[in-house]
Amino acid sequence: MLRRLRASLSMLLENIHMSVTNIAQNRLRSALTVLGIMIGVTAVIALITTVTAVSTSITSSFASMGAGTLTLSVTGSDLKTGLAPEDLEMLTNMECIEGVTPSVTLRSRVSRGSDYESNITIAGRNPYWFSVNEDIVTRGRQLNVLDMNGIHYCCLIDQDMQESFFYGEDPLEKTLYVSGLPFTVVGIFDTSGDTSVAAMLSGSPDILIPYTTALRLNNTTDVTSLTLYLAEGWDSGTATPVLESALDELFSYEEDCYEINNMDSLESTMESMTSMMAALLGGIASIALLVGGIGIMNMMLTSVTERTVEIGLKKALGAKPRQIQAQFLIESFILSLSGGVIGTIIGLGVSFGLCRAMGAAFTVSHGAIILGVGFSALVGIVFGWAPARKASKLNPIDALRRM
Amino acid sequence: MEARPNFFAMTDLRKSYPLGDERLEVLHGISLTLEKGEYLSVLGPSGSGKSTLINIIGCLDTATSGDYILNGQRIEDMDEDDLAWIRNREIGFIFQNSQLLPRLDAQKNVELPLIYAGVPGRERARRAREMLERVGLSDRMEHYPSQLSGGQQQRVAIARALVTRPTLLLADEPTGALDQKTGRQVMELFQQLNEEGNTIIMITHDLNIAKHARRVVYIVDGEITEPEGGPEYA
Ligand SMILES: Nc1ncnc2c1ncn2[C@@H]1O[C@H](COP(=O)(O)OP(=O)(O)OP(=O)(O)O)[C@@H](O)[C@H]1O
Ligand SMILES: [Mg+2]
Repeated sequence: MLRRLRASLSMLLENIHMSVTNIAQNRLRSALTVLGIMIGVTAVIALITTVTAVSTSITSSFASMGAGTLTLSVTGSDLKTGLAPEDLEMLTNMECIEGVTPSVTLRSRVSRGSDYESNITIAGRNPYWFSVNEDIVTRGRQLNVLDMNGIHYCCLIDQDMQESFFYGEDPLEKTLYVSGLPFTVVGIFDTSGDTSVAAMLSGSPDILIPYTTALRLNNTTDVTSLTLYLAEGWDSGTATPVLESALDELFSYEEDCYEINNMDSLESTMESMTSMMAALLGGIASIALLVGGIGIMNMMLTSVTERTVEIGLKKALGAKPRQIQAQFLIESFILSLSGGVIGTIIGLGVSFGLCRAMGAAFTVSHGAIILGVGFSALVGIVFGWAPARKASKLNPIDALRRM
Repeated sequence: MEARPNFFAMTDLRKSYPLGDERLEVLHGISLTLEKGEYLSVLGPSGSGKSTLINIIGCLDTATSGDYILNGQRIEDMDEDDLAWIRNREIGFIFQNSQLLPRLDAQKNVELPLIYAGVPGRERARRAREMLERVGLSDRMEHYPSQLSGGQQQRVAIARALVTRPTLLLADEPTGALDQKTGRQVMELFQQLNEEGNTIIMITHDLNIAKHARRVVYIVDGEITEPEGGPEYA
């Protein structure tokens, strides 16, 4: 038993040695053959690693934004159709809540003199929103409590609006008509600074006004959608029941008046989307691998034909069909595997570069390496099988007569 | 001499090749027995079927019909793996043109049959070197075939055939590609090997070479005849 094991081990080593010698002997051809597999694996690794890295960083930025926030959407009851400013005050004063930002949006016509644009997105904001999105105002001032309480007709506009309506002018303290009502421009904001999920999902607004003013424009006093920022030491798990009891009381214990959501569901959607994407890209890249595999098969078949005499001689000297098959199989295995290893290294390099360029954190995924190396090894065996079998079936006398 | 048909016995062995619609019969019923320790040469003109016969003896080819028993084993009953085993252990084949693998040096070429016999590396190297010394090539172990003369290559091939200590040593025109002097050296080596107890079958079309053997048979048009009284009367 031990003897046989040792014998087959030495046979294996011998085969590996012979294969390596043979590959080294046909350096150029081997290199060209390996190229196919290499490119395939490079593509697979680069795509999968990059997609994974990018999606990880997107998900983690979602998570970091979403961490400590809950969204509250209110459908209300007949008695109470939404949250009033006092209710927001109440929520803000709760122990578990750091602050709330209502989101009140409307689309309206904006004009100045003879210039106008319709369908402009206008968002109502509160001071807390500005404290969360500190860097958003590039000129002028934020909206403050006085604006809220006084229902002031003042606004901040983004660069695009500035260019449309105030080209070559200083817009500050100028008047802009929103839904026919005069608003004083008090600041300029930069949309690209708004990285909130809400902005990402709904598109960023063009004009910001006090949320109380926005409510008035909407002809309502009800806030129906808001983001709750949790205080230190609270998370969605601990805060939700506390909030629920407060809101239940507010809505007189009627059912289905509101819904509290956290970012987890969004995150999982995101994850399944990227894994689908990775699978799709991986599928495309596997076609490249398939082509590489056919290249290997072609080379191995040529090699078998060329080495007919060698095969015949080895059989004449006592090589069993199985041993001949093993030799060729190991050769195609080594060829393909080396292509896979090189491709994996290059693919990781490419992915590193792409991640750098896109500002995503690069991580080496073990799965990708196992996939690249394992797949190329598999390709070597699958596509080496037929040529190796052909070699093993050669009749020694036919092979020797080729001389 | 008492016959021991179990060591080597061929009865009514035929070999034919398909030729168009007909068959070309190359061997017409060969019967031949051999004893351990014999040194037989098969003499015949070109195209008479010598190579065909020795390839069948060496289990590289199979007969169309007839019986062939080697060392108690019926060759017709063997499968591919058994045949590989017999080629490895029972037969040492020396080809007309030494047939060395050009990418392996002399020692590695000689080791080749031992690899398939599953002999571990160090033991293999020892036996290969021993055999190369035996054929007088102790100073050429690391030479590649292209760096060896024809006679030296043939001696490497002989060492390779001997290294598994086969039951039967077969040689198809072993001096065919050699000049007279090196041919004689090879013949001397064969004689020594036979004296050491090796059983040898040698193919040749050269009477002078055939006479080195202790027994000669003729093969003409696929039929064997044995001259009365041994090689001297051939
Ligand atoms: N594969 C084959 N198919 C058809 N005919 C064959 C085949 N192999 C050999 N022959 C024929 O069999 C005959 C004997 O061939 P063989 O090689 O045995 O001759 P030989 O005696 O060894 O000749 P030489 O001394 O020239 O080597 C020849 O006529 C040859 O044409
Ligand atoms: Mg011949």
